[in-house]
Amino acid sequence: MTLMQLVWTLVKILIMVGFLLNLAGVLTWADRRQSAMIQHRIGPNRASVTLFGREFRILGLLHTAADGIKFFTKEDFMPVRADRLLFALAPILSMGAVFTLLAVVPFGDTICPHQFALHFPNVFVGPAVQRNGLCAIDLKSGYYPIDLTVAPLSVGVLYVFAMAGQGIIGAAIAGWSSDNKFSLMGALRAASQMVSYEVTLGLSLIGAMMIYGTVRLDDMVRWQSENAWGIFVQPLAFFLFFAASVAENKRIPFDLPEAESELVSGYFTEYAGMKFGMFYFAEYAEIVTGSMLLVTIFLGGWALPFFHRDGITIAFGRLQVVRALVPHVWMIVLGVLAFFAKVVVVCWIQCFVRWSLPRFRYDQLMKLGWRVLLPASLANILVTGVVWLALDNAGPAVSDALSILADVTQAFVALAMTYFVARAVIGLLTPVRHERTLLGSSADAAAKSGGTKTEPMQA
Amino acid sequence: MQPRTFPKRPPSPTNATPVVHAPRNLEFKSYLPEIFKGVGVSMKHFFENTREMVRAERPDPVLDRFDDGITTISYPEQKRPYPERFRGVHRLTTRDDGSMRCVACLCCSTACPAQCIFIEAGEYPPGDARRGYERYPVRFVVDELRCIFCGYCVEACPCDAIRMDTGMHAVPYDSRDQFIYDRDLLLSFDGQDGTFETRNPRHEPGDGTYPGVTREGEPH
Repeated sequence: MTLMQLVWTLVKILIMVGFLLNLAGVLTWADRRQSAMIQHRIGPNRASVTLFGREFRILGLLHTAADGIKFFTKEDFMPVRADRLLFALAPILSMGAVFTLLAVVPFGDTICPHQFALHFPNVFVGPAVQRNGLCAIDLKSGYYPIDLTVAPLSVGVLYVFAMAGQGIIGAAIAGWSSDNKFSLMGALRAASQMVSYEVTLGLSLIGAMMIYGTVRLDDMVRWQSENAWGIFVQPLAFFLFFAASVAENKRIPFDLPEAESELVSGYFTEYAGMKFGMFYFAEYAEIVTGSMLLVTIFLGGWALPFFHRDGITIAFGRLQVVRALVPHVWMIVLGVLAFFAKVVVVCWIQCFVRWSLPRFRYDQLMKLGWRVLLPASLANILVTGVVWLALDNAGPAVSDALSILADVTQAFVALAMTYFVARAVIGLLTPVRHERTLLGSSADAAAKSGGTKTEPMQA
Repeated sequence: MQPRTFPKRPPSPTNATPVVHAPRNLEFKSYLPEIFKGVGVSMKHFFENTREMVRAERPDPVLDRFDDGITTISYPEQKRPYPERFRGVHRLTTRDDGSMRCVACLCCSTACPAQCIFIEAGEYPPGDARRGYERYPVRFVVDELRCIFCGYCVEACPCDAIRMDTGMHAVPYDSRDQFIYDRDLLLSFDGQDGTFETRNPRHEPGDGTYPGVTREGEPH
């Protein structure tokens, strides 16, 4: 490993961990503020800093910082009969499992430093790279292609399964070492739930692996970029994986391990201070990593519809409509931004799921896992295998039709994205209409004085 | 052993409508349509409220309180106006010339069931037209902690000098002496209409409406 590669690895780790920590922090805020918006409340907006004599509230985002400070300054309580070592180890394990998962997630296309070296001062206007294949290793110049993955492992998804399984250990140890019945029951629930849903989590991806023909996550993204996104080729697996990953995150509607109406707060009942904070944070970090995997495997990773390595190519089968070459650096930046934006959107949708659905009963949870999701994922493998074999041997006409269909799905995604962005903008510009109802003398008084008096305030 | 069976009674006639249960078909059991509907409802409310928040056009919490948006009152910045007849903190009203209406007759402190009003009466200085005819309070103290806000003082006052129409509720302080409001503080409060006077006119000697005797040349 050259020095350059070492530096790049450190940079990649910083980007990935920085993004994870920041998004997890923002998610703790988003969860509360978003739920307030859903439920017609105002939500947290009181934490403020005073700079240059002005008070800044920043939409309540500072509550995240306030929580952090509070966690660090609180008493580090430990039950008298708790297992001291395991009690301290559990939060580290449950956080570590989340962080190690990040190592194989690609957040951008492979960079060719060779390109930059060739066109050094003018990298922003330089020519595009080849669409297919990676840049060649030029041993003489010493430029290696840089995968935007912390550890580009050849086992990819298998590593993900292995590491996702580690999350159980943290929860189980926390419950066992706390010397508390509620904790233990929460840990038992967590362990059985995560083991049950791990099966579906793994099996739902088998079909995707068969179609993509690889277990490397970056190759999966490349396949989706060239053909159709995973959600179109494996729609059932998408829902299975989504449900299983929400269950793995132990979030509503699958939050039985920490069901506060039954188990106080489950396996981390006895935890206080930053140790509790780590469990709390790990939950949100799990959402981010789960969203990253979902985006990588089913939502095209860093790929945008019709955006390829060499630029924009809108083509339906052999019919080419638009082709524009874009410098390499812009495609890389666009890809990285697209990946992170998709992750944010998926996290945001997960928050909606959390604030819309009621909790399952425990037997319902097990029934759903073993009797519904598991058979469905097995059926998905069977059907995928049969259809894939049939289509693969059907001849060139079918494969042409399939490639046109794939391009149609890309066009559909592009149109859907445009539609949602346009609708959000139009919605923001539409004026708000209120219905006035004057009831009681206080409403009369307010109406006389032109509405409720409001001193200047921030959202 | 055979389980015991009870004779079935015919259902009693009621006019209740039977509950319609959702059909237990695959669509229902797969949860998915209902999940999409539920998340859709959440998103609808989210986008509407976020739009109002972003455009700073949240509904007025009092005037649009039945509106669908966020009608929470952000208390220190927004205050709900109290009804017209709300009994709030006391105030002492003034005459047209700005002097006190109170004549220190002690009616209010006598009527007060909580004994929270203390008045020290004083004579107007020699030469003042009102000297010997009416007095004024040298000290007028209301203990707002003892006050039970019954409004008897307002009822008892013959001059409409003490009123409870400030529209202010009792303010939290951190020590008891701060709750003792003296004359000048009570005079400094205005009513909900923003004036320091009252709508009841005072019938001064010399007015056509004055019911009593005139002051000049008459023994009192």
